[in-house]
Amino acid sequence: MKEFMLIFRQPSYDYSQATSEEMQAIGKKWADWVGGIAAQGKLGATGRRLETDGKVLKAGGVITDGPFVEIRERLGSFMIVKADTLEEATTLAHGCPALDANGSVEIRAIMQ
Amino acid sequence: MEKETASLKYLFQQEFAKMVAVISHTYGLQHIELAEDIVSETFLQAMETWGIKGMPANPTAWLYLVAKQKTLYHFRRNKIYEEKVLPEITHRNEKSTEGDVLEFSPQQIKDSQLQMLFAVCNPAIASEAQIGLALRILCGFGIEEIAEAFLSNKETINKRLFRAKEKLRTEQIKMELPPEHEIVKRLDNVLHIIYLLFSEGYYSQTQNQILRKELCVEALRLGLMLTEYEATNRPSTNALIALMCFHASRFDARQTPDDTVVLYEAQDESLWDQALIHQGEHFLGLSARGQEISSYHLEARIAYWHCIKEDSPEKWEEILQLYNQLLLINYSPSVALNRTFALYKANGRKAALIEAEKLQLTDNHFYFLLLGELYKEIDNAKALSHLQKAYNLAKTDAEKQGIREKINQLT
Repeated sequence: MKEFMLIFRQPSYDYSQATSEEMQAIGKKWADWVGGIAAQGKLGATGRRLETDGKVLKAGGVITDGPFVEIRERLGSFMIVKADTLEEATTLAHGCPALDANGSVEIRAIMQ
Repeated sequence: MEKETASLKYLFQQEFAKMVAVISHTYGLQHIELAEDIVSETFLQAMETWGIKGMPANPTAWLYLVAKQKTLYHFRRNKIYEEKVLPEITHRNEKSTEGDVLEFSPQQIKDSQLQMLFAVCNPAIASEAQIGLALRILCGFGIEEIAEAFLSNKETINKRLFRAKEKLRTEQIKMELPPEHEIVKRLDNVLHIIYLLFSEGYYSQTQNQILRKELCVEALRLGLMLTEYEATNRPSTNALIALMCFHASRFDARQTPDDTVVLYEAQDESLWDQALIHQGEHFLGLSARGQEISSYHLEARIAYWHCIKEDSPEKWEEILQLYNQLLLINYSPSVALNRTFALYKANGRKAALIEAEKLQLTDNHFYFLLLGELYKEIDNAKALSHLQKAYNLAKTDAEKQGIREKINQLT
């Protein structure tokens, strides 16, 4: 089996406005989805979560703070899965909660 | 009379482990087989003497004294003592004299047993052999009992133990606690062996109920032993003890007197051991100190929820999330199947069915049992064909019988 990285991008979303029930529901969606991949024995490693704040360094030494208005979707986090083919890895990505939030999942093979 | 024999057996089992540990501690682990022989001889002599004269007022003191005499006699007779052992002992402890080196004091016994636990659970020994060795050396089980627990024969067990003890010698494993910086890693291995020991008792195929229960009790005893020392009394130790208490609380409820397995749903709650459940809760509380979350923590919390018989959405949601976390650190087909069952209880039949179809654990009869359960009400024909597959794959008659009943209910 090969390893693939799933990279999640979502539109910036102000979680500070969300109620604790909403946060819990979002948390459950992710946990159930990742659990489903792990149950198939196809989870490589869960990526560390990224904090919301960050900086962007551009040519010429220009530093900007996030949120990153230039990119429509913010990089959320990532995850490693095990699959035989890119197609199979893509199938695993179905049901990812980032998609419910109008986000996307990029699937890339990790070079051996 | 029968009761007396049983208590004698228990006494021997306990004292065997203690004396072997202390003798090995004093003279070195390379003499472990000799220690076993000496202790066995001591018991033989006890049987004979006590049989004629009756049991002494303090049987353990009698055993310790005789074992000590035999040990000292052996080493003196063989001159091993002067030439090899004594220089090493005097090197370790300048003041000691021959007589008070070998001492069966409570502290000495405690320390020696803990050191023995770490020696037996040394990663250099294969884990199957470790369990056998633990049963023999730490729990004082006879070879026949170990063979029965493993559904094996005496010869195989003897060979396995022999190899394990040889490993103790060739790897020069010492009777000592690992150094501070290694203790956490080594403790992981010790906890794992205790966990396997418990599972061996809890899930063993052997029909001998008393033996199985003894395995569980011994595993619990070894776990509790670790709590007496600060360095080994860690959150994961407490979590493992909690897990064992919760499981053990259902021991009497899961089997009828004629040895039929009683499934969780059909169990009589009044047979659950409330005292053990309370013990489990106590240790679960202690396990929550610090940041560490081991698989024992997660399994203990799952077992805790199963001690609450009443179904509620909250219960199954908690169990599902605990299984989700457990899968992240410890995948196994049975965890995957249990997780999917929890998903069915928490998120409904259809959601679980989609996930179950992805698992493809097609050599596992529990997988087809789960699919059979999930297809019920949705597609009875499919449910039946899955149950049929489960029936064909099931290994024991008791399992086949249970599946047959499910099939009959559907048709």
